Amino acid sequence: MPKKTENILQDNILEYYRENESVLNSGLLDSAKNIKEEAFSFLTNNKLPDNKDEKWRNTDLSSIYSQKLTLDCQAEKYDKSIDEIFVCEVHGFESLKFSMLNGWFYSPDNEKIKVFENGLVVGSMIEAQKQFPEIFEKYFNSVIEENRHGLIAANSLLANDGLFVYVPDNLVVDDSVQLIKMLNREENLFVNSRNLIILGKNSKLSFLHCDDSINHSPGFLNTVTEIVVCENAHLHLNKLQNLNDSTSMVNSTFINQYENSNITVNVITYNGGLIRNELKVNMLGQGSHADLNGIYLMDKSQHIDNQVFVNHAVPNCSSSELFKGVLDNRSSGVFNGYIFVGRNAQNTSAFQQNNNILMSSDAKIDTQPFLEIYADDVKCSHGATVGQLDTEALFYMKQRGIGDSDARLLLMFAFTAEVTSKINIEALRLSIEDMIKKRLRGELSICDKCVLHCSVPDMPPEFDIDLSKI
Amino acid sequence: MLLNIKDLHVSIKGKEILKGFNLGVNKGEVHAIMGPNGTGKSTLAAAITGREGYDITSGGIEYKGKVINDLEADERANMGIFLSFQYPVEIPGVSMTNFIRTAVNAQREYKGLKPMPASEFLKKMEEKKNLVEIHSKLTKRSVNEGFSGGEKKKNEIFQMAMLEPSLAILDETDSGLDIDALKVVAKGVNSLRSEENGFVVITHYQRLLDYIVPDFVHVMYDGRIVKSGGKGLALELEEKGYDWIKEQFDN
Repeated sequence: MPKKTENILQDNILEYYRENESVLNSGLLDSAKNIKEEAFSFLTNNKLPDNKDEKWRNTDLSSIYSQKLTLDCQAEKYDKSIDEIFVCEVHGFESLKFSMLNGWFYSPDNEKIKVFENGLVVGSMIEAQKQFPEIFEKYFNSVIEENRHGLIAANSLLANDGLFVYVPDNLVVDDSVQLIKMLNREENLFVNSRNLIILGKNSKLSFLHCDDSINHSPGFLNTVTEIVVCENAHLHLNKLQNLNDSTSMVNSTFINQYENSNITVNVITYNGGLIRNELKVNMLGQGSHADLNGIYLMDKSQHIDNQVFVNHAVPNCSSSELFKGVLDNRSSGVFNGYIFVGRNAQNTSAFQQNNNILMSSDAKIDTQPFLEIYADDVKCSHGATVGQLDTEALFYMKQRGIGDSDARLLLMFAFTAEVTSKINIEALRLSIEDMIKKRLRGELSICDKCVLHCSVPDMPPEFDIDLSKI
Repeated sequence: MLLNIKDLHVSIKGKEILKGFNLGVNKGEVHAIMGPNGTGKSTLAAAITGREGYDITSGGIEYKGKVINDLEADERANMGIFLSFQYPVEIPGVSMTNFIRTAVNAQREYKGLKPMPASEFLKKMEEKKNLVEIHSKLTKRSVNEGFSGGEKKKNEIFQMAMLEPSLAILDETDSGLDIDALKVVAKGVNSLRSEENGFVVITHYQRLLDYIVPDFVHVMYDGRIVKSGGKGLALELEEKGYDWIKEQFDN
């Protein structure tokens, strides 16, 4: 008889918190301590989400819950320079790089927070509480919805560190801010990290969020990112996910948008054992626009789950979603696009599209649009497709002399190009397209250096695609 | 002989379509294949080019002295067989320029040649575009996407001009073309005719053959050639229709 998998994680979390409460709470603002207390009581009374919950029906975390995971309540001491662990150079792409190692802000010179001349602040969440308590208290935990689930509570309870970004009013940040999160421990680590990104009025920020494994050890990442985009601010957020096959991640991003703000979010999932991205956008100010896109390229027995929720709470806003995926072997995927248009949200435009290519008969996708509309003057549409590569197009290409594997590659690449074309930094887009090409050729499992894989020169192309013109 | 098809039998999902088809094409020759709908003309094109799902149950296709029955479509293309599609396929997201460049270089690689230098490629592309009077920029356009019927057919001939095949099969290239487009397409084909290559022109109507003048005309019916002749045969068919052929063979 198969042994019933037990949920030992929840008890471990509560037990661990009780034992390490003083360490976890040291140096925290009272408001932050209160949030931990609330989270503790939530987790005492509510279970972690499992596939009995409607929204988790097709993503099964029970194998993670049944494992003994390692928790860290303090950062380990590393004396190595970050470059010895990790190198990231994207040709032609200038960024302000910040790193997190195993869930903790990592800076070789021990500079925990950096205040740039123009007023931009980037650094550790722990340090931000000390140096910028007013900003921290105003925004921390403010974006998270009321009806959070157990993993969000676990994050509130256990996460102490993360990245804090504050862009003051009227500041246009020219270079991208890049967060490189690495996992490199041998143990099966449970990493909770919490990020807070604030864009002041009329500001502009391009943020690149990379999640990497740099070894083959298993791990479970539970990340929560809160983002506040104030009046007339612009955010361009790119998330690159390249984890090993035995690592799982639940990545929850909450964004509040105010008047005339504009956001673009591109979530590019190259690899990972099990990845669930929850992206929740609250449109709270009129005249806002959200452009939310994703690509996922899964194979073997990997699993991807994209949950996108757009809340049109006010009139005259628009949102657009485009998620595209290629699934091979026995991999599986979920797409759930939930658009809510409130009673007052007249003149809303909301579009949603999810297209999938299944490369094998064992691959699976569960795609579900969900529109809830209470206003009467709205333009909403949704569409989902699941298909195989077009055999007519394949024959057409082969008839011109293009080999089968190149023809398939070209078709898959063309399929993803609609999303990558939305990345507005050319050097980054070219690099991401190069990664996608490698991933589709099967040359990339996890990258040994950086998610952008640039320290390894590209293989001579098997076909000659001029990426700038496709 | 460039193409030598002997007693070819081809089935689709167990249904026999070609029933003992014979045809020989020498270098420098243009053969027209005519016949009523549903006699296997397009199946012939599919069988020669190696489309999946078309099973050769007996007989053989010999090209440049080699039996190609079992070769993949891309290998046949690389050996110099080109098909101008009756219904060219739209491929969103793949630009025309990259598509044709990938194809040109794949064929060069097969011949052991290095990829064509970009400047030479662009020059050749410009020249061949002019040949078929394509005036739009192909760089920004996806393969056949949003092309009109006439543009799609011109695009087929453009690709043929870029790839310079030894054997070109034109499958109903005249269908859906107005007379001006037809003349352009024919001009393109005629400029590519040489002593070194052969053409198989599949058409339902004689009209195209006013512009692409064949050396031989064959009439297909029920999966095989039932009548062959010179270009005069096409005129006879135009005048009398296909019924007399049907009657002759159905009885």
